[in-house]
Amino acid sequence: MSVSDGRQGQEEFQKWYQARFNQVKPKPPILKNVFWAFVVGGLICTLGQVIQTYFISLGLSQKEAAGPTSAVLIFLAALFTGLGVYDELGRKAGAGSIVPITGFANSIVAPAMEYKREGYVFGVGAKMFVIAGPVIVYGLVTAVLIGLAYWSFR
Amino acid sequence: MQAYIMAFVIGGLICVIGQLLMDLTPLTPAHVLVLFVVLGGIMSGLGLYQPLVEMGGAGATVPLPGFGHALVSGTIEEINKSGFTGVFSGGLKASAFGVTAAVVFGLLAAVAFNPRG
Repeated sequence: MSVSDGRQGQEEFQKWYQARFNQVKPKPPILKNVFWAFVVGGLICTLGQVIQTYFISLGLSQKEAAGPTSAVLIFLAALFTGLGVYDELGRKAGAGSIVPITGFANSIVAPAMEYKREGYVFGVGAKMFVIAGPVIVYGLVTAVLIGLAYWSFR
Repeated sequence: MQAYIMAFVIGGLICVIGQLLMDLTPLTPAHVLVLFVVLGGIMSGLGLYQPLVEMGGAGATVPLPGFGHALVSGTIEEINKSGFTGVFSGGLKASAFGVTAAVVFGLLAAVAFNPRG
């Protein structure tokens, strides 16, 4: 048996294995996931509404209240991520805990904490932006491109 | 009360879209977050996101597309106020509170706590 035969056999095996794996791999329980994403995501936004209403009652306009509201949610998410509670919630809530701004804060704290032993520059400082970095990069570029278009055509 | 229900429904529905993308496509959570910020920004530019904010309040501003909306609406507002420089200054100006809070609280939490297990 030549070497190439062995390699071909291995490739075939891998193909068979992948097909078999896809067959037996559990399908995500989509309905259940969607339900929990809706409930948890909805509740986090309702909490945001409560905080925003509070800031507006202090005399801020709806627009001025947006920043402090996000900051409070971010603070809570950072705290609960540190305590290990947020990721527990995320196991059930999926996108319900990822898509709100609290998920953005979680994506900053979790890797920063995880890589702390690599130091405060390459560990904490750099890993904070593993997910937040791309979000800010593409968000800002989108804003600049739309801004340029608006400025040209207005 | 109406405002809380609308925040729950609109915010919940935006999360459902994210969940469906994660379950039915190969997109990871990170991809979904980037996609949502960009889509929120584009919708904002087309004037489609502000109505959602008026309808859902925090239900539209708390999910990540709301971050894209803040960046783009801040940019447009600053262009209206001070011309071309707004293209570069408006986005971060509008989102400064949240971005700074995320960096500061993120660092504090990462320093104060250790991962479990």
